[in-house]
Amino acid sequence: MAGKEILDINKLCIGYGKGKRAKVVHDQLQAKMFTGELVCLLGENGTGKSTLIRTICGFQPALGGEASLMGKDLLQLSEKELSKMAAVVLTDRVIVPNATVEELVGLGRSPYTGTFGILNDEDKDIVHTSIEKCGILHKKKERLSNLSDGEKQKAFIAKALAQDTQIIILDEPTAFLDMPARVEIMQLLRQIASNSGKSVLMSTHDLDLALQMADKLWLLSAEKGLLTGTPEDLLLRNEFQTIFQNKGIEFDNKTGLFRVGYDYNHEIPVKGHGFEYVLLRRAFARNGIKTIRKAEKDTTWLEVCKNVSTSFKYFENGKCVGQEKTIENLLTLTLNNR
Amino acid sequence: MIHKLGRISIVITLATLLLVFLVLLNLVLGSIHIPLSEIKAILFTGEEVNRIYENIILKTRLPQTIVSLGAGMALGVAGLLMQTLFRNPLAGPSVLGISSGSSLGVAFVMLFTGNILGFTFTSLGAWGDFAVVFSSLIGAALVLALILFISHRIGGTLSVLIIGVMIGYLSSSLVSLLKFYSPEEDVYNYVIWGLGSFSRLATERAMMFGLITVIPSILATFLSKSLNLLALGDRYASNLGLNIKRARFLIIAFSGFLTAIVTSFCGPIIFIGVAVPHLAKLLSKTSNHFYLILNAALLGAATALLCNLLARMPGMEQEMPINSVTAFIGAPVVIWVIWKRRKENRLE
Repeated sequence: MAGKEILDINKLCIGYGKGKRAKVVHDQLQAKMFTGELVCLLGENGTGKSTLIRTICGFQPALGGEASLMGKDLLQLSEKELSKMAAVVLTDRVIVPNATVEELVGLGRSPYTGTFGILNDEDKDIVHTSIEKCGILHKKKERLSNLSDGEKQKAFIAKALAQDTQIIILDEPTAFLDMPARVEIMQLLRQIASNSGKSVLMSTHDLDLALQMADKLWLLSAEKGLLTGTPEDLLLRNEFQTIFQNKGIEFDNKTGLFRVGYDYNHEIPVKGHGFEYVLLRRAFARNGIKTIRKAEKDTTWLEVCKNVSTSFKYFENGKCVGQEKTIENLLTLTLNNR
Repeated sequence: MIHKLGRISIVITLATLLLVFLVLLNLVLGSIHIPLSEIKAILFTGEEVNRIYENIILKTRLPQTIVSLGAGMALGVAGLLMQTLFRNPLAGPSVLGISSGSSLGVAFVMLFTGNILGFTFTSLGAWGDFAVVFSSLIGAALVLALILFISHRIGGTLSVLIIGVMIGYLSSSLVSLLKFYSPEEDVYNYVIWGLGSFSRLATERAMMFGLITVIPSILATFLSKSLNLLALGDRYASNLGLNIKRARFLIIAFSGFLTAIVTSFCGPIIFIGVAVPHLAKLLSKTSNHFYLILNAALLGAATALLCNLLARMPGMEQEMPINSVTAFIGAPVVIWVIWKRRKENRLE
């Protein structure tokens, strides 16, 4: 997996302004990226994700430190040089009247075309395959204004592919998209990284997807700066907990996923297992009731029964006082009896 | 691609034919009808023809036609450049304050000088004409220089737009002040200048004007790649290798030059610069500025020729001021474009 080093950030200082009035957002940032890697940059709003992305893309100057792309000093590169090394997909809403997918992706070839930007046969081939890789070949002649948000995002990713760079940088490509479209975009980026050997750096808020699909995570927080590593190593080091503590997010060791943290004011023992148990636990957690394993001494408890059909029983003083078919009714029963 | 290129070449061919047709109409139609065969003889073969016809064609209609063609072309292209640069469908050549600068220059010469030196401007005659063009060019050039300086130092597109509009307000307030203290005759002349005209230039100067508007308009196609990229927004454009500051400087300089030239010789011509780019985009249905610029140039010239034709429709005693006609043609076009977009459910 470990390929060639692509991006090296060393003691980078990012922020706004110049000289004495400069406002430093982060200092001493340290990170590396390799070929074929999908890296997700995570962090709360306002921690400087976009500032970091913009600095790496060369849209704003760094306040100090070093950043190099394929061994060249990123901060000194001209637009022309950078355009052949890093392609971006931004959150900027772009409205180009009349532009089709093909025309947009064709603009991705601009760093290589002449004065009038005319595409030669090779450029056209690259445009075609880029659109194909993004799975929107059937929309090639379609106008951008007629595409769904997900398709539009794919068109911009195709543009970035056509740019033929070693690294693709995306600023929240999954924002504004619905769940299936988010997964699709993530899968597409995963494929691009794995199959073409390009490196993909994206900022995102989709914690679950990032944990499952990213090779490395970059965690950016006000307290700890930039932490990097594989998702699993970061989990083992318990880095998420420290970043998200007191923010209503808990890490579930059983599922390896994050879940919303609840304020429990009540506990109830439950006997049972399986999918029904998991769902029952979730429904009760939402209502501030923590479910615990039934111990011998408990006299009041809930039981998940799976005979012919699923049912839930409510026991009080060792006797069954109610049986319900749905979690909704069980919840009502429990809350009433409390 | 074949289908789209087909549409674009059809649109450009049709626009060219329309342009040729309107050039001919401009020569043929007028208060006196002159047959095509006579026109051919006057312009190309040099055969002996009616002297009156020759005078009308060579001294009136030909220069008017050339000036309309050049002015329309320049304004159409300048408007397109502005709309793409500012990403604003209402932008036009006048938004940068360049025509206001021209107006202020002219007002200064026409109203202020005469006032101070104690003679009416009209008594100056031919020298007056020269002074008008000169002062207008100076005014436009000063504003253009200011705008270019600002765009270079500040850099933001929106700030340039706002400053352009503010310069417009400032100069119109100065103009009204000058008007207030000027003799009626000069004010009248200034108002007439402000209504615009394609018939102020004699044949030789019209030829010159044609050259310095048509050639830069066609040369503007060299900006097409920059414009295509800028349409994506500054960041995408810069990521695709475009030097934003340089591109913006060139585009403003180009459209500023075109606007300044037209305003100096014809007065502030309204609406062509706003309406024609919309028409060009709607008809050619492409986002490639190479074709859009050509299209805007052809359609701009055609629109101006049509306006010129309407301004001196046969059967009328006097020519109408050109700006009243351009507004009459331009405003419905803009409304029609917006209506059409609504129907096609397409947002700009």
